[in-house]
Amino acid sequence: MAAKRKTPIKTRNPDLIRGVGKYSRSKMYHKRGLWAIKAKNGGVFPRHDPQPKAPSAAEKPPKFYPADDVKKPLLNKRKPKPTKLRASITPGTVLILLAGRFMGKRVVFLKQLTSGLLLVTGPFKINGVPLRRVNQSYVIATSTKIDISGVNADKFDDKYFTKEGVKKKKKNEGEFFEAEKEDKKKLPEDKKEDQKVVDASLLKSIEGVPDLKAYLAARFSLKSGMKPHELVF
Amino acid sequence: MPFKRYVEIGRVALVNYGKDYGKLVVIVDVVDQNRALVDAPDMVRGQMNFKRLTLTDITIDIPRVPKKKTLIEAMEKADVKTKWENSSWGRKLIVQKRRASLNDFDRFKLMLAKIKRAGVVRQELAKLKKENAS
Repeated sequence: MAAKRKTPIKTRNPDLIRGVGKYSRSKMYHKRGLWAIKAKNGGVFPRHDPQPKAPSAAEKPPKFYPADDVKKPLLNKRKPKPTKLRASITPGTVLILLAGRFMGKRVVFLKQLTSGLLLVTGPFKINGVPLRRVNQSYVIATSTKIDISGVNADKFDDKYFTKEGVKKKKKNEGEFFEAEKEDKKKLPEDKKEDQKVVDASLLKSIEGVPDLKAYLAARFSLKSGMKPHELVF
Repeated sequence: MPFKRYVEIGRVALVNYGKDYGKLVVIVDVVDQNRALVDAPDMVRGQMNFKRLTLTDITIDIPRVPKKKTLIEAMEKADVKTKWENSSWGRKLIVQKRRASLNDFDRFKLMLAKIKRAGVVRQELAKLKKENAS
């Protein structure tokens, strides 16, 4: 790009009101310097012959002419915005999961992934929640924060969590019943290693705070007399 | 049973409804049968219906409709704040506020502390029972 001007260029003929410029036609002639262009060109206005057009490719006649007019659908240029993270959720916040297999578990928030989901870990040793993705809407953010500076969560993204493509196996008569047995998938060793690495530094910061380990191990539940709209989390 | 707390100039009252809920105010004048002119160090003097006020035991010595400065001095002299915080009513309100502001983690720690205390009490009780039985 060319260097930007110090002051944005203002129009030569500012509007007095809409439709009426400040300067008349003759004044504008002088302002634009058309007299100088004419003088340079010997009293007439310079004229350029039209540039030769580039040869366009020969168009084939279409194979099919539709009988009725086909309406084109309207163009949709909408781009979905990245999910806004609630101000109360910052890296290291303890979250309470509200739905799913780990309902009620208190869990540590690591980062927000590009899909908008939250990357979260138990830590696994404390409450059995592995590195997992969780939706912001199904989570209560508490005001308890843990120091998360020792954790490097850069290698985790949405692709890490997608299921591997299931290859379709042809089922023969004899193998029909046996194929059902070996359906259970084992978790690959490198994922277990990743979990251990992430949790190692987390565990150190958790054990620094008294009772925090027991807090994360316990599940949250509403007891008699607790009013969620009055509770401070 | 006679009344013990009267509406009078200098009576300290607690606001129990409205924008100033929970504040301690002083009655500085009576407007009519239902309303009082009320003032506090941190609010603009204004009228309030008596139904919004609950009278306390504390009174201070002020002339009718004092200047803000005199009001503040009189409140300091009578030591309204410490009297209120030491009264059982005032202490209860402070505890209620503290309980309402507890974090989820705080509530967990509170539960652990309660269980621990109950355990200690039960131990002592068992000891005493054993002594009595023998």
